[in-house]
Amino acid sequence: MGTNIYKINPEFRDIMPKEIIDLEENATWSATTDKRGIKELPETKELLEEHSLCAGCPEAAALRYVLAALPKPEDTVIVNSTGCTSLMFPHIALHTVHSLFGNQNAVATGIKRVLDWRFPEIEKDVVVLAGDGATVDIGLDYTLQSFFRQENITTICFDNEVYANTGGQESGATPKGQVFKMAPTGKKFEKVRMWELAVTSGCHYSMNMTASAPKAVAKAVREAIFVARYLGPTFLNIYTPCILEIGLNANEGLREMKEQDKERFAAFKFVSPEAEELLAKLKEEGRL
Amino acid sequence: MANQGPAYYSPYPTAVYEGVITPPEGKALLLTKVVDEEIAMREIAKVMLTSENATIFPGPQVLYGYNEESKKKAKLIKEMSEVLNAKMIPMYDYRPKYPKIDAEVEINPNHPNLTIWHNEIKAAIFIGVHCHYANVALKIVRAETDCYTIAICGLSGHEDAMATLRDMHSHELEKFIKIAREVKSELKL
Repeated sequence: MGTNIYKINPEFRDIMPKEIIDLEENATWSATTDKRGIKELPETKELLEEHSLCAGCPEAAALRYVLAALPKPEDTVIVNSTGCTSLMFPHIALHTVHSLFGNQNAVATGIKRVLDWRFPEIEKDVVVLAGDGATVDIGLDYTLQSFFRQENITTICFDNEVYANTGGQESGATPKGQVFKMAPTGKKFEKVRMWELAVTSGCHYSMNMTASAPKAVAKAVREAIFVARYLGPTFLNIYTPCILEIGLNANEGLREMKEQDKERFAAFKFVSPEAEELLAKLKEEGRL
Repeated sequence: MANQGPAYYSPYPTAVYEGVITPPEGKALLLTKVVDEEIAMREIAKVMLTSENATIFPGPQVLYGYNEESKKKAKLIKEMSEVLNAKMIPMYDYRPKYPKIDAEVEINPNHPNLTIWHNEIKAAIFIGVHCHYANVALKIVRAETDCYTIAICGLSGHEDAMATLRDMHSHELEKFIKIAREVKSELKL
């Protein structure tokens, strides 16, 4: 990988569309800046600009924050799974792998191990990004097993508390009592507290949050990736509500997330003592 | 429009179902026949020089300068387009286009036929396109258009193209350009 794969040969520059020339000239890579971040979003070429999600979907905004916060995008592989997020991944200008539904952490494990073996001299990050159906229900086994094995991967769950793109079925992350189109009698048991399971399963860094504050999301993503790179598994649970399934308008996603900042998604943060030490060191070195 | 495939599974009558397979090393494929590389090169040059709106579709492996070979190939492909009087339309990555492809200036493996229909391309060279995407694109083009497709491939070639040159690296491209110049002067173009 590396940034050379984005450098257009001069013979073809005149036939390339502007968006690809922009990607070479105005996107940020680890080689061009020490600290990528959301502050750059208005001025730089983003790694995701066009997508096919619903208008106003908070998931699209959250993914833009995640992509802007990656410390080394050119050396990052994103593994995703079936769900709304998989509609966006084909549009990202990065290496992404679509796994079978629920298998994302197993696939990421294999990719990370091979990358470490093949490129021992280059730090490469593997980030899993999947919905709550893939993480908490169908892929729970694979997710937890990767935590048990202490794999060096970051797992990010875009938790919208429902199987959204299949019409609204309840998932393990749905709160108790919630009614959806395909769950008319309401959820019978409590929401699975995945961020706590992550801690007991061996994650060095675990957070529960909403995507209402871009800076907070970017900081968490960056920290989680560094901890995964040097120590072991990390987990982020980020609330990205499905505005359609809960009956909101396109402009009401942010308000919903802000309201939930104090309720089901009240901030939870676990950092192991080793991770704390690492993060303090990275901060001292100016990498955070 | 596409026909139902022989197995009633693929909508396209792909080449392998018709008994066409990639050529052995040192050989090339012209329609259904395995021929010498030089014969195929002459035929390809002739088709490109005499067809309407002949176009080269360079893929990511030559569009981006990620190693010395790709930089060298880029120069040669530019030269090739000048010798063949061919237009170039890039297949710069494989992301599906949203909301809509601009068929005039780009080609995408998910719907290559749109670009060929829109630009009325009668002959096209695929070069530097990764195998799996070249396979998809060539199958669609084969089934949906009357475009004469040519695969100039660094590996084992593509049976779904009308003409295939395999193991084509910069040295072989130089040879092809030399032959194309000869054919051009023979045709007095």
